[in-house]
Amino acid sequence: MQTIYTDFLVVGAGLAGERAAVQAADAGFSAICLSLVPARRSHSSAAQGGMQASLGNSVMGEGDCPDVHFADTVKGSDWGCDQEVARLFADTAPIEMRRLAHWGVPWNRVVPGKSIYYKGGKQFEKVEAEDKEGLIMARSFGGTAKWRTCYTSDGTGHAVMCTMDNRCAEKGVEVHDKTEAIALIQDGETCFGVVARCLRTGELRVYLSKATMIAAGGFGRIYPNTTNAVICDGGAHTMCLNTGVVPMGNMEAVQFHPTGIVPTDILVTEGCRGDGGTLLDVNEKRFMHEYEPDKAELASRDVVSRWMTHHMREGHGVKSPYGEHLWLDIRHLGEEHITGKLREVYEICTSFLGVDPIHQLIPVRPTQHYSMGGVRTNKDGAAYGLKGLFAAGEAACWDMHGFNRLGGNSLAETVVAGGIIGRKIAEYLEGSETEFKTSLINDEVRKQQSRIDALVNCTNGSENVYKVRKAMQDALHKGANIFRNQQGLEACVAELQEALIRSKNVGLRSDGKGVNPELASALKLEGQVKMALMVAYGALQRTESRGSHNREDFTARNDRDWLNRTLAYWKNTDDTLPTLEYEPATEVVEIPPGDRGYGKSEIISADTPKGKGKKGK
Amino acid sequence: MSRLLKFNIFRYNPEDTQSEPHMQEFVLEETDSMTLFIALNRIREEQDPSLQFDFCCRAGICGSCGMVINGRPGLACHTKTRDLPGEITLLPLPVFKLVGDLSVDTGSWFREMYTATESWIHTDKEFDPTALEERMDNKDAVAIYELERCVECGCCISACGTARLRDDFIGAAALNRVARFLIDPRDQRSENDYYEIIGNDMGIFGCMGLLACEDVCPKHLPLQNQLGFLRRKMGITSLKRIFKK
Repeated sequence: MQTIYTDFLVVGAGLAGERAAVQAADAGFSAICLSLVPARRSHSSAAQGGMQASLGNSVMGEGDCPDVHFADTVKGSDWGCDQEVARLFADTAPIEMRRLAHWGVPWNRVVPGKSIYYKGGKQFEKVEAEDKEGLIMARSFGGTAKWRTCYTSDGTGHAVMCTMDNRCAEKGVEVHDKTEAIALIQDGETCFGVVARCLRTGELRVYLSKATMIAAGGFGRIYPNTTNAVICDGGAHTMCLNTGVVPMGNMEAVQFHPTGIVPTDILVTEGCRGDGGTLLDVNEKRFMHEYEPDKAELASRDVVSRWMTHHMREGHGVKSPYGEHLWLDIRHLGEEHITGKLREVYEICTSFLGVDPIHQLIPVRPTQHYSMGGVRTNKDGAAYGLKGLFAAGEAACWDMHGFNRLGGNSLAETVVAGGIIGRKIAEYLEGSETEFKTSLINDEVRKQQSRIDALVNCTNGSENVYKVRKAMQDALHKGANIFRNQQGLEACVAELQEALIRSKNVGLRSDGKGVNPELASALKLEGQVKMALMVAYGALQRTESRGSHNREDFTARNDRDWLNRTLAYWKNTDDTLPTLEYEPATEVVEIPPGDRGYGKSEIISADTPKGKGKKGK
Repeated sequence: MSRLLKFNIFRYNPEDTQSEPHMQEFVLEETDSMTLFIALNRIREEQDPSLQFDFCCRAGICGSCGMVINGRPGLACHTKTRDLPGEITLLPLPVFKLVGDLSVDTGSWFREMYTATESWIHTDKEFDPTALEERMDNKDAVAIYELERCVECGCCISACGTARLRDDFIGAAALNRVARFLIDPRDQRSENDYYEIIGNDMGIFGCMGLLACEDVCPKHLPLQNQLGFLRRKMGITSLKRIFKK
């Protein structure tokens, strides 16, 4: 058994993990990132839009500052975020963008003079200032008051990921790719590292560290339809919840995007609708204007997703071998527009669907997109429950997103949080001493080896891993989707509890030798079902609608009873439900709860006495 | 009735002492908009759960799923079965170390390449968090990004005649990387510095000009132009070095 020691161990080698590792390396500590895939293939690289930071260089961003960015973020979160964290984020983002420029990111820059842009399909003109020439440019994004999104063409995540990984190579941060962490080594108080499985040989390996960070991205793959990469399966989260002492925050807060293409759920941009594209049903009829007479297709992400789902439920969906969907129609925009302004959409349609959007309709459906919930940390990124354990990026509930994340804020969060938390970790490493107990390490390795043996030998049964996984995904899809209600969530919880029992009885069909992908799936399955239960059970208990969490039977945002964050624990392995606790959404209040200025505005205010349920504006 | 597709897939598990390299046949009914991503996952889930292959983003952005598809290296995620005949042969990319079946180790290869080419900005300037960012011409930024679009799938290396002959050849992806830093005004390395890295047969002078790299690049990077650009630069640098002696 190979044992590897490092000061700082990161599970994940995307932007958040590598940014923190660079910070620790700068302070003189050794750092290793574990990754399922080569670092540059991390899901961070798939983010196209950009990173929010209030540089205010573009004429459309004039007057922008961290205060405005902070306010947008808090409103976006539907007052579910930690305002101290949102403040820290908004204040630090501009510095991090400049640092990235210094490290090598080819940000698009301000070009002075006249240029045209489109809004709601209409053409406008703007003039960029001479004295801003060559500074970092920004583009427009939903939910923001100013043009604030820094970008590199349509490949921001990819470009920043290249630069960050270069920086790791320069600073001697090691990336052990094709390595999957499967369990934390911990004694209920302190985390000492992980047991990992090598995805080149299938062998187990021990990584010991003074500080360990979870930065493994989202867990969208517990849903059947998601825009997430196949590696975003929550494997690292399951290690944390298996400890029984580390809670997950706000697991019920799941963001859906209206236009994932069918069957592969790759995203086509909101720009399609922004430029005048329409949504059609099975009869090729428009329907959004009937539900939202004013904004129609241009309503916010959550609102459009909700009506699309509603319309399919009413029997107007298009049936396909991959389930029901609707159509996105951009044919009327014409060839020049589609191959020019919407080039990326054109390429996705032709490359992945064989659909020519100039003449054909695009099959789309609302699709799981982002996990606001994750490993709950404090503002320093330290996980609740275990000393020496940290989390950052989408994997964490740091919590600047609350119940709804704004576009461009997550990619910025990766590097901003990675930097802030990386500094805190360096301080922690400076001031702490660790002793590793060999018996503790050996016990954990033995435990993992016997799990593997049981799966290979079908000791606990021969349930098919893929069928149980599908049962879990289908239950979430039916019950914990865009619309939620008591009946659906109760049924979902019951189905998931059944899947949980089945997940404990999984046995492999293959021999489990070497890398064996079936074994990799089986090892995380039980934990995934537990996460799914955290989503569904948390949603069942939260009797209000906030951000992306939308209850048909409790349509108001209820600040009186629910201005708080769910903490979900799996206290004993044999429990059949998570244990839920709650904490205030924010200790520091800079902006008291109010109207977001978009979406529905039914609010039960925090001052409303119990039993009155007054509807505010 | 849709087509029944016949897949011939390379099978070998180096971690299993009983395993011998061989081709295995799988039959699958084609569905609308089927890609190799969908097909391979269905084969694994329904027919053989031990089948190894790599996918990550499945959207043509991350470069995980390079493989040889009916004789040609390409990304499996954006290969549609409808564009292929009823018989589909899948092999792992050559040059890279085989992990098993269709999965190869591109990560180690590229990490070595970063080290060899010192793939990072070389500058003696310190970052000042209180200052405005240094200005840059937008044209430079766009030109750098055009070269940084490489997803490191390894197709260009697998299709390269020189890389197949000698394993110390750094290949088109690496030369493209060098070009990216050469045109970046933030990088202070001189042409002489670059000559030390690529001015030899393992680098730019090893290229035989067969240009398959550009033919198979799924991101359509201008690899031929970069090779020409570097060859001219390094040729001139080479002459200057001779005359200086």
